[in-house]
Amino acid sequence: MRFLLVEDNISLATAVLDRLRMDGHVVDHAANIAAAEDYSATTDYDLILLDIMLPDGDGRAFLRSHRSRLIETPVIVLTARSEVSDRVGMLDLGADDYITKPFDFSELEARCRAVLRRHGGDSSNQKRFGNLVFDPMAGTLSVAGKTITLRNKELRLLEIFLNAPDRIFSKPKLVDRLFSYDEDVSENAIEVYVGRLRKHLNGSGVEITTVRGMGYRMSLT
Amino acid sequence: MSDALQTSGSLRRRLTLQLVGSAAFLAMLLFFVVLAFARDVAQQTHDSILLASATSIMDSVSVQADEVTVDIPYAALSMLGNVSDDRVFYRIAMRGQVLTGYQDLPSTSQSVRSGHSAFDTLVYKGDSIRMVTSSRRLSLNGAPADIIISVAQTREGQATQLAQLARSALQLGLGFFLVATVLAFWTAQSSIRPLKQLTEAMSRRGPKDLRPVRRPVPSEMVPLVQSLNQFIARLRVSLSRSEDFIAEAAHRVRTPLATVRAQAEITLLRVDKPENRASLREMIRAIDESSRAAGQLLDHAMVTFRTDSLEREAIDLGDLTRELVDRLHPIAELKDIALTFDGSPLPEISGDQILIQNAVRNILDNAIKYSPYESAIQVSTRQVSHTVLIQVEDEAGGFADMDTDALTQRFIRGKNAAGTIGSGLGLTIAREVVEAHGGALIIETSGSGAGACVSLSFPLA
Ligand SMILES: Nc1ncnc2c1ncn2[C@@H]1O[C@H](COP(=O)(O)OP(=O)(O)OP(=O)(O)O)[C@@H](O)[C@H]1O
Ligand SMILES: [Mg+2]
Repeated sequence: MRFLLVEDNISLATAVLDRLRMDGHVVDHAANIAAAEDYSATTDYDLILLDIMLPDGDGRAFLRSHRSRLIETPVIVLTARSEVSDRVGMLDLGADDYITKPFDFSELEARCRAVLRRHGGDSSNQKRFGNLVFDPMAGTLSVAGKTITLRNKELRLLEIFLNAPDRIFSKPKLVDRLFSYDEDVSENAIEVYVGRLRKHLNGSGVEITTVRGMGYRMSLT
Repeated sequence: MSDALQTSGSLRRRLTLQLVGSAAFLAMLLFFVVLAFARDVAQQTHDSILLASATSIMDSVSVQADEVTVDIPYAALSMLGNVSDDRVFYRIAMRGQVLTGYQDLPSTSQSVRSGHSAFDTLVYKGDSIRMVTSSRRLSLNGAPADIIISVAQTREGQATQLAQLARSALQLGLGFFLVATVLAFWTAQSSIRPLKQLTEAMSRRGPKDLRPVRRPVPSEMVPLVQSLNQFIARLRVSLSRSEDFIAEAAHRVRTPLATVRAQAEITLLRVDKPENRASLREMIRAIDESSRAAGQLLDHAMVTFRTDSLEREAIDLGDLTRELVDRLHPIAELKDIALTFDGSPLPEISGDQILIQNAVRNILDNAIKYSPYESAIQVSTRQVSHTVLIQVEDEAGGFADMDTDALTQRFIRGKNAAGTIGSGLGLTIAREVVEAHGGALIIETSGSGAGACVSLSFPLA
């Protein structure tokens, strides 16, 4: 996926960029409206993440001109304003969704996924590995012609593994990626999800192996 | 707002009473003046006939061979009969001796010089009479002799005539009074009208309509309207300040928290040492606690502020709820919660959209927050007699042995809240919003005891 992040707060932007790239996305960063206009004029993005308070104006102005140019690219607004007073305006102006700062990366990810799904994600985003075909937007996994819909946690676990085959992920890292920090989750939960995923992967030529004392790894059998 | 303002009487009533009072006074004056005038005219007419009668008798007095002869003409007395059926008396006297007529007719107390006459109102035989006394000096036997002629008539005819006149005068006075009273009501009404129109224009306004009054008003009302406008301007400034302040405060608090949180989250992904990881997680939790608290506190402030003057519009609660549910889908999905919405078409209610969104949002937040993984939440809207109900049912265990009334108080959280982030304001906000709309927040545990069933009920207009 190709994302454009419009955010003037550099340290926040860096963190978001890091995280999105970690998930295997290509992300451009614009720190003001002018740069955002340039980027969006020259590149086709799958999604734009737009901050509202920008040094050279209101993000809503960009949103308006963006919509008036009839660009289909969905926009998720990042806002730190009170939801009570600002919510209505955002969606009225043509944003597809908004997220309130500070946000959880898993929430951001979930919102991106939902918006992209609504816009009808194209099949070019499908991932193939061994005999499996995985559509992260639709959340479907096809193994040997049989398609199932994955639960959110399974889907995200599979995505993490597929982004870096053969890499070992420790249980704590997987907990960080899968769960929000508000919950007290034991590492056993990861075992449960890995177990489920293994069942789905039966016959796909792909397996998740336990690396004793280190974590899990996905690889071709 | 609802406690009645003390009144110091009604302006219209005062005006009406004053005008009607003046009309009554004028009507009375009119009555007496007309009556006095009529009586005067009647008296004068009567007097002039009496005088004419006396004069014609006087004319018939002649002195022949030192003998006074009086030949009372028929017309002299009959002309009085023309006026009324009243009895006529006369007396002709000279040098204190009655020549002819009624001996006992009282005589005038005035001294009447020759060629003059005087009028008296006297009582004779129990009746009121009007009498003219004329005198003329003759010369008899070479000596002057005053001949005095009195003609009198009872006044019953005049009295009836006067009574008639009085009746007419009374009718005139009453008629005047009635017309004046109607005019007084109309005048009072129309002088109050600009005031009434201003009041209506002001009360028709929405609570957020803080434009100054521009309609033309009578000059007497200009100072009032000017101070009203100044007051509105001050109110507008202070209102927009508080609303902007709340929005701005949220922004100021959340922006740095967002930076720190994102950085901490990224760092956590790179750090391996368990102690470092634990403290980073603590940090993120603390950030979430503070941003949630700030957000809820500011939302609550906004809710308190907006419920003071509800900005009502027609709202379809079904649409509103569906939109919120749609927006929360990604969050529910994170916990693999099946969040479903079921709503039939509903009549619109009138309310503050932003407030109601906030209330429903808080109830949905709770359902998702307290629900276990892979459970279900059912949201529904429906009409129940004269209310519209938004119901959220979850499988989070419900409010078993919790004091649900207490939970709707500020900052009160339940036993099951340990380990989750929250500030104990969600149910408070929801309750205050529904109550401001005349509705109720109903907190129940579903029959099976599996979960909570929280309903927001709003009355139909
Ligand atoms: N759906 C629910 N199921 C079980 N318990 C609930 C539910 N909703 C609320 N509660 C209980 O009621 C308490 C008060 O809820 P409230 O929404 O007011 O505060 P909170 O969720 O703790 O904090 P916040 O202000 O962040 O929403 C909660 O702490 C929880 O114990
Ligand atoms: Mg709550």
